[in-house]
Amino acid sequence: MKKYTYTEKKDTRSGFGAGMTELGRTNPDVVTLCADLVGSLKIDTFIKENPQRFIQCGIAEANMIGIAAGLSIVGHIPFATTFANFGSGRVYDQIRQSVAYSNKNVKIAVSHAGLTLGEDGATHQILEDIGLMKMLPGMTVINPCDYNQTKAATIAAANYEGPVYLRFGRPVVPVFTDAEQTFEIGKAWLMNEGTDVTIIATGHLVWEAVQACEQLAEMGINAELINIHTIKPLDEEAILTSVSKTGCVVTCEEHNRLGGLGDSVAQVLIKNNPLPQEYIAVDDSFGESGTPAQLMEKYGLDAAHIVKAVEKVIKRKKAN
Amino acid sequence: MNQIKDIEQLKKIATQVRRDIVRQVHGCQSGHPGGSLGCTDLLVALFFNIMKHNNQFNMIGEGEDLFFLSNGHISPVIYSVLARSGYFDVSELATFRKLNSRLQGHPTTHEHLPGIRMSAGSLGQGLSVAIGAAISKKLKNDSCMVYALMGDGEQNEGQIWEAVQFAPHHKVDNLIAIVDVNGQQIDGPTEQVMSNRNLANKYSAFGWQIVYMDGNNMADVVTSLNKAKELCGKGVPVVIMMKTEMGAGVDFMMGSHKWHGVAPNDEQLQSALAQLEETLGDY
Repeated sequence: MKKYTYTEKKDTRSGFGAGMTELGRTNPDVVTLCADLVGSLKIDTFIKENPQRFIQCGIAEANMIGIAAGLSIVGHIPFATTFANFGSGRVYDQIRQSVAYSNKNVKIAVSHAGLTLGEDGATHQILEDIGLMKMLPGMTVINPCDYNQTKAATIAAANYEGPVYLRFGRPVVPVFTDAEQTFEIGKAWLMNEGTDVTIIATGHLVWEAVQACEQLAEMGINAELINIHTIKPLDEEAILTSVSKTGCVVTCEEHNRLGGLGDSVAQVLIKNNPLPQEYIAVDDSFGESGTPAQLMEKYGLDAAHIVKAVEKVIKRKKAN
Repeated sequence: MNQIKDIEQLKKIATQVRRDIVRQVHGCQSGHPGGSLGCTDLLVALFFNIMKHNNQFNMIGEGEDLFFLSNGHISPVIYSVLARSGYFDVSELATFRKLNSRLQGHPTTHEHLPGIRMSAGSLGQGLSVAIGAAISKKLKNDSCMVYALMGDGEQNEGQIWEAVQFAPHHKVDNLIAIVDVNGQQIDGPTEQVMSNRNLANKYSAFGWQIVYMDGNNMADVVTSLNKAKELCGKGVPVVIMMKTEMGAGVDFMMGSHKWHGVAPNDEQLQSALAQLEETLGDY
C-alpha cells in the first residue's frame, strides 16, 4: 500500500476559500455571491480584497442563482455559494432553467454537504445533491477529498467554461494530497495499485478508503484505490481498466446510495463489464444530529465498513 | 439598429408583428397568443425605438442594451420582433414549436437562436437574471441599460420578491423592469386567482420608482419608456406598470383569459388577419 500521511487537518471549505483568494488575485472576471453564509464558506479574504466583486444576496438562494446566471451572460465568472442543501435541492428549477438549460458559465460552490456537517441534523444534511446535479445535462459535478484538492478544484472550475457544481464540507479532515497539484476535471486519480478489489471513493470518503486499504493490506488483501473527484463527467476508462484487473468494486460516497457515484459506476459496469459491486453510501435515509465521526460510523461510511464491504464483494467475486 | 422615431411607422410594425403572432400560433395549433398580442407594442418600441442593440448577435452584448423576457410563454412576440429586426430570417417563424426548430415553445439559448440570452418558461426567474446582467454591466463600466419583462400572474412567484428586495438594496439603477398588467392568468382574472392587490404600492414599499404606461398606446409606450430611462442612474431601480389588454388588436381575443394559451382555428385566423393590415409582408 502506497503510504499517505498528513501533518494537519483542515476543512475542505477552507480549501475553497483559499482557491477563491487566489482567483480574486489572478482572475478579474471572477465574482462571488453568497446567501448570508460568508463565514461558513471561508470567503472573507476574497471579499476583503475584492469588495466590489462580492455580491451579498441575503437568505434568498433562488434569486442568487438567477443573479449568477445574469452575471455570466455579460462575461463574469460567478461563484454562487451557500450550503449544499440550499444550493441544490432548494433551487433545483432555477439551476435547471437559468444555468444548465441556458448553458451558463456559473459555478455553484457549496459547503456542508452530506452527513458530516454534524449537529445541525437532517434538514441541512443533503444526501441527494450529487444525484440531482448529475441528472442535469451539461452539468459538471465535483466532490474533492481534502483541503488541497478542493483549492485546486476551485481554480480548475474557474478555468473551465460551463456550469459546475462543486461540493465540499464542514469538518476538518486530514490534508494528504499535494499542495501544488494540477486538477484535471474528469480525470480519476489512481492512488494505489492493487489486484484483489477496486475501491472507488469520492469526497470525505477518500481518507476513509485510504485507511481501509491499509487495514486490508494487513489482512493480505491488495486493494486498488481510485479517487473519483469528478462524478460527472465520469472517468469510465480508469474504472474499466481497473476492474478488468481486480474483478470487483466497492464505491464509497457521502450520499444516498440512490443516484450517486455508486450508481454512475454501476452503469459503466452494466454496459461494459458486469462485475460484483458493493455500495458504501447512506441506505436511502435522512441523517440526524451527532458528531461527524458518530454519524459516519452509524450510517456505515467509515473505514471499518469499507473493509467489510470489500470482504463481501471479494466473496461474491469468488462465488461467480 | 437604426432608431425609428415615427409613431405611425412603429404602429405599422406592430400590426405586422401581431399578424406574425396569430399565424405562428395557428401554424402549430399551440402557443400563447393573448399575452403576446398584449405586449406587442412594448417590444416593438423597445427593439425599433428605445434600445441600442445589434442584430449581429453576440451573447455578451458589450455596448448594447439587453432585454430579458421572464414570461417566456409569450415567445411568438419576441420571435417576430427579433426576426423583423433582422436577427434571423422571418421565414423561420414558420417553424415555431415544430420539431428541430430553434423557435422552441419557450425561448431558449439551447438552440442558439440569435437574440435570446436566457431560457425562460418556468416563471419568476427573469428579473433575477436581468439584475445580474445589470450588475455585470456596471462592473464592466458599460453604461447600457437592461430591460426585463414579466407578467402580472407571474408576480405570484416567490423568487420575484427576492429579486424585488435585492435591486433597491444594491442600487441597481441601470435596470428597467416592466410588469405586463393585463389582469389575467391561466385560471382566470388575476384578482380571482391570486390578487396582486396594489402591485405598484408593493414595489414602492420595496424601494422602487414607479412609472405607469398605457401599454397598447404606442405614443404612450415610447414616452413612458423614455421617462423611465430618465429616472435611471439615481441609485434606485425603476419598474413600469404596463396596463395592457390580453389579445390586443384582435377583437375576439380581448377581454378574457380564454386566449391565454389557445390557438385560433382556420376561420378565427382569417377573422384575426382581417383586423391586422399586412404592412411588412407575411413570412
